[in-house]
Amino acid sequence: MAKPKVAFYWCASCGGCEEAVVDLNEAILGVVEAVDIALWPVALDFKKKHVESWEPGEVAVVFINGAVRTSEQEEWVKLLREKCPVVIAFGSCAHLGGIPGLSNSTTREESFKRKYFDSPSVDNAERVLPQRKTRVNGYELELPEFSATVRKLDDVIEVDYYLPGCPPVPKLIVEAVTAILEGKLPAKGAVLAPEKCLCDECPRKESKPEKVTIERFRRVATEKPDPEKCFLVEGFVCLGPATRSGCGELCIRGNMPCRGCFGPTAETRDQGAKFLSAVGSLLAADQEEKCAELAATLADPLGTFYRFSLPSSILKQRLS
Amino acid sequence: MGQKITIDPITRLEGHGKIEIFLDDQGEVERAFFQVPELRGFEAFCVGRPAEELARITPRICGVCPTAHHMASTKCLDDLYQVKPTSTARKLRELAYSAFFVEDHFLHFFYLGGPDFVVGPDAPAGERNILGVIAKVGLEIAGKVIRVRRELRAMMQTMMGKVIHPVFGLPGGVSKGITKENRDEFKKSAEFALEFAKEALAIFDKVVLQNERYVDLVLSEAFTHHTYSMGTVDENNCPNFYDGCLRVVDPDGAEVAKFGPHEYTDYIAEHVEPWSFITFPYLKKVGWQGFVDGPESGVYRVAPLSRLNVADRMATPLAQEAFEKMFQVLGGKPAHQTLAFHWARLIEALYAAERMIELLDDEEITGDDIRNLPTKTPSEGVGIVEAPRGTLIHHYKTDKNGIITGLNLIVATNHNAAPIAMSVEKAARGMVHGPEVTEGMLNLVEMAFRPYDPCLACATHALGKAPLVAHIHDHAGNLIRTVKRD
Repeated sequence: MAKPKVAFYWCASCGGCEEAVVDLNEAILGVVEAVDIALWPVALDFKKKHVESWEPGEVAVVFINGAVRTSEQEEWVKLLREKCPVVIAFGSCAHLGGIPGLSNSTTREESFKRKYFDSPSVDNAERVLPQRKTRVNGYELELPEFSATVRKLDDVIEVDYYLPGCPPVPKLIVEAVTAILEGKLPAKGAVLAPEKCLCDECPRKESKPEKVTIERFRRVATEKPDPEKCFLVEGFVCLGPATRSGCGELCIRGNMPCRGCFGPTAETRDQGAKFLSAVGSLLAADQEEKCAELAATLADPLGTFYRFSLPSSILKQRLS
Repeated sequence: MGQKITIDPITRLEGHGKIEIFLDDQGEVERAFFQVPELRGFEAFCVGRPAEELARITPRICGVCPTAHHMASTKCLDDLYQVKPTSTARKLRELAYSAFFVEDHFLHFFYLGGPDFVVGPDAPAGERNILGVIAKVGLEIAGKVIRVRRELRAMMQTMMGKVIHPVFGLPGGVSKGITKENRDEFKKSAEFALEFAKEALAIFDKVVLQNERYVDLVLSEAFTHHTYSMGTVDENNCPNFYDGCLRVVDPDGAEVAKFGPHEYTDYIAEHVEPWSFITFPYLKKVGWQGFVDGPESGVYRVAPLSRLNVADRMATPLAQEAFEKMFQVLGGKPAHQTLAFHWARLIEALYAAERMIELLDDEEITGDDIRNLPTKTPSEGVGIVEAPRGTLIHHYKTDKNGIITGLNLIVATNHNAAPIAMSVEKAARGMVHGPEVTEGMLNLVEMAFRPYDPCLACATHALGKAPLVAHIHDHAGNLIRTVKRD
């Protein structure tokens, strides 16, 4: 029997998802043994015309990482959707929008102004900005339109499964590939990670008292977290209560609080709202005034609660 | 009729890189442009975030060198909060950083740039990749390449929480120390890395230096640019990747500047062109003269060879020997041969491996005094490290609560943006003669930019070769023909 074919593709990403695949180390040899890779721009020279010539279903699965930002990326993922029965969103950016999705909290004009006018080292008295088309010595040079909005993959195409994480961890990658090979994929739409909250797996779980109350918010910049205690109990924002487990609690084991890159569990639609409601109920305040006072000690709720998920939130983006 | 060739590999740094080559009526190269057609806007969307979070956010600029961004950011936080890391914390940071340098330099040599030499610049494209390298150097060495990477990255994960997008850096120190058991295990990995670093130089010697054709290629004018060099040195003018002063030497090797992080805007300015999202830094006191080399042009390079050019010597004995040998073969210091970046990279890996052992032998490394808490009010900070690809600058401004109000980032490939365009142009002039442009000619052009920055090529080269399409257009923009590398 011929080996099943799989494909990899990336959109707007940092390369960490590719590194995560290389970090399978020797295990990647087993993957290569079991499947044929039909597309992997990182490694192989197959082009769009090859993808266009695929028979529908010929390539069983495509893993797509990165958020969608350009028309070129949009065309590619639509083509891959047409050809592949199973599409897996790989990593936080494809899953939720990821860190580049934070740019939905700003505007294109702001990005240009910061980069080309306000920078302390830029020498740009003539206020030159990158242009769609420029003529130099009679030759025409082009740049694509700079898109200010970052979209997650399922805003553009239908997605069958999600591998969460920034980046996904080797264990879950291997489990996902094994499930595909053995035909044991769960119901469509599933996130291929445990359906449990990070707090349930947290090595500091035992330190959490029955009733948690937050007296004030603290920051790791100026205070030392206790290496054994629940961050939240100590007043350090930790996205654990609103985040899915499966990462191996790497940040927490590194003595730093969770920032939510695995996204929420299936029961939650909006990770930031979920965290807000979780933390709201823990504040040591019974009056509105005291609540507001405490909330004011919380730095950057938008960028913290939605660190990886702004494009997937009900807030979406800033309009002007 | 003039022609335009587009080399548009799918690459990374800020997303994507693209090369345009213009041919004149005779089919000879007239101009070449290196364009970066994407901007992700970190300078804008980091505003409003708590400063300490930038050490966790900015690594997402690049998933290949997240440790460099994490470390530049962490040092920027020290400066912002005016707090020095404890002695143990400083050593832990440098240890993790040295491990990162070794594995990243090997990644580049064996997976990315190396295949051009080890397998051959005009070998069939299908063999010019890591698998071709394995076929040439043998499975035993390939197994060691994988093992070094696995062990060093496991060590980095233990120290920094995560290896892809680390978390341990904080103003005044780190979040977590190491145990004596960790240290003993790391020592074994470091010793293995050191042995392998020596072996890698021996491979380079055998494959490249004993091949007259390659030596001619390395020394050829087409791959040479007489520019200024910049890099970080310690108090003895030895290269240091984690900390020190920036030193600049002119094309003849004379020191023209030495400055601390706070003075960088006195020495470096960025030129803006309307045809690229990337800016083009130059030496402010020399001035921007366009895409040209020589002492009158402010164009400078940052890269492994540039770092060795600005150094008087290496801080460790084996690296020092290798340093002397390299400059002897290249005809003295400074050297300007772009392809020698690969050689310098292996010497740096050797230094970083030696440095790992020095740090692991230091009793303080297992100390538990890992953090000085900041007490001052933040306002502005600058953090500079040497990333594997060159100098990396993070500069933050905040309000009194440490919330970011502005930031400036100059990454390695940013510094090298003008030199990359120049190198491509020069290699194109030497190697490309139209109208019949062959695949081999295009790979030689690619070899001109590959030494600078696997961040541009690494996505496309993780297994060895770039998907490459060259569109040849006439003046009116009509597509005449497409060259594809298969």
